[in-house]
Amino acid sequence: MMRPVVNKSPMPGFGLGMGITLTLLSLVVLLPIAALLVKGAGLGLAGLWAVASGERVVASLALSFRLSLIAALFNLVFGVLLAWVLSRYRFPGRRLLDAAVDLPFALPTAVAGIALTALYAPNGVFGSLAKTFGARIAYTEWGILIALIFVGLPFVTRTVQPVVEEIEREVEEASATLGASRLYTLRRVIMPMLAPAALTGFALALARSVGEYGSVIFIAGNIPMKTEIAPLLIVIRLEEFDYNGAAAIGIAMLTISFTLLLAINAVQVWTRRRIGYV
Amino acid sequence: MTTVFLHGRDAANQDAKSGRKMRARLGAAAIALIALALPAAAQLLLNVSYDPTRELYRDINDAFAKDWVAKGNPAPKIETSHGGSGAQARAVIDGLKAQVVTLALASDIDKIAKAGQLPEDWQGKLPHNSSPYTSTIVFLVREGNPKGIKDWGDLIADGVEVITPNPKTSGGARWNYLAAWAWAEKNGKDPKEFVKALYTHVPVLDTGARGSTTTFAQRGIGDVLLAWENEAYLAQKELGEDQFDIVVPSVSVLAEPPVALVEGNIENDDQRKLADAYLQFLYSPEGQAIAYKNYYRAWDASKASPEDVARFPKLDLVDIASFGGWAKVQPEHFGDGGIFDQIYTAK
Repeated sequence: MMRPVVNKSPMPGFGLGMGITLTLLSLVVLLPIAALLVKGAGLGLAGLWAVASGERVVASLALSFRLSLIAALFNLVFGVLLAWVLSRYRFPGRRLLDAAVDLPFALPTAVAGIALTALYAPNGVFGSLAKTFGARIAYTEWGILIALIFVGLPFVTRTVQPVVEEIEREVEEASATLGASRLYTLRRVIMPMLAPAALTGFALALARSVGEYGSVIFIAGNIPMKTEIAPLLIVIRLEEFDYNGAAAIGIAMLTISFTLLLAINAVQVWTRRRIGYV
Repeated sequence: MTTVFLHGRDAANQDAKSGRKMRARLGAAAIALIALALPAAAQLLLNVSYDPTRELYRDINDAFAKDWVAKGNPAPKIETSHGGSGAQARAVIDGLKAQVVTLALASDIDKIAKAGQLPEDWQGKLPHNSSPYTSTIVFLVREGNPKGIKDWGDLIADGVEVITPNPKTSGGARWNYLAAWAWAEKNGKDPKEFVKALYTHVPVLDTGARGSTTTFAQRGIGDVLLAWENEAYLAQKELGEDQFDIVVPSVSVLAEPPVALVEGNIENDDQRKLADAYLQFLYSPEGQAIAYKNYYRAWDASKASPEDVARFPKLDLVDIASFGGWAKVQPEHFGDGGIFDQIYTAK
């Protein structure tokens, strides 16, 4: 007898479930990406490269990915800390704080961008504070970074939180009774358990930041070669009715993002192998 | 086995019953929807416009609807959509059913014509190059003009910050750029060098004209805002006359925002009559008076109140034809790798 491709499970509905999944995935994700590739293909490989290697495109791609990486790294550290505090300690206002973490998801990004700009502009509350030290936040890279941290914050926290809740105190106590210092327990016992979830959150936050347009555009200043993000350059190409050029930049971003996500996945597989499944 | 079978038939019965009920309900809903939609569909007009015309077309739509009904027609339903001129043109090309477009630049309507939705010679169909009103670019400065800005040359003085949107994304910003270019040419300066120097004084390039106004007025960035004359007056009116002064430079551009009927989106003769009348109304003495009232330089002042007309100072206005027309200016200055791009990438 031939082995079926997928093992029969006691649960019904494999055929239906798979069918709906594939149809929806195609409609919502695969088709638009295919359309993007087709548009870009209109330029040919040489044309794609000519657009993607243009001075301004390279500058904006470098800016977008550099700041997104920094923002995601910041969120990795801060997000794990936040998840730890929210699920380990009981304090008044905890539930309120917990709910507030989701706000960046709920708020329209344009609203977030305008609010952040109002705060960090030279005549805003924090902006005027920075001005007394001779620094400018809004309309510089710092402004972009703040907006990216804002939109990426919930990802790490929300992926790490359930893992923290499942870690049993006994594990830490066992580590302590075996003579481990608190730092050693944190480094060798707790961190490895959180790592896979934290990495997932990091990848999500990174992916979100790279494509972010709505909030950044208000706070960035948008000066070419300095504070111009790659998504804005795509919009500029569209304003010129240059659909192929816009698609080319889109494909460049997609390629870099995909490579980064693959790398993060590889790191994840590696950590799982090293520490075993958690 | 039997129980399962019975249960199955029961369920089937119930399904059929609820199915009938459902269908009846859906049918009723559909009839209600059609009843709602029919009278509105008769006289619908969508005007796709650019950013700073919100106030103008609010007034125009009201006045035109009254005029149209007074002439014995049923009340029309006029909608106006606003956004960046280029983005609006793209929306129409991509299938937004606008019967009338009123955009910032003729080149944006040219793009719609190229997509086949209106004839290529659209601009000759209405008077004054199809521009029922015009405007120009002026300076908005902070109260008392602390940096002493009088003309274009003062903008590149040390320590002066200029706010203007990105000409790649904003129609208005292209006029700003061209006005600076025209002044440099008339004053024996190298226009490319002057414009380049000007943009090194720009700390924030917003994507649209309203964004720049916000940056300058609400965020307090910059010493001077390059603005449409109507935006400058509006900002002064809305945000307080004691906060900003308007400075009129010696040379500026004659911006002619054009209007056109989008042939491809006209569904029937009734709609064509309505759309034609709407565009003609813009040229009527009443329509022109409304344009003056909203700080546009219109053509026919016969019904406008004198103070609306008198507030516009005379200045040397250069029109787009003297630059060679949009078909030449657009790729040369604002196209990919054009002069504006060179300002930022050339070492």
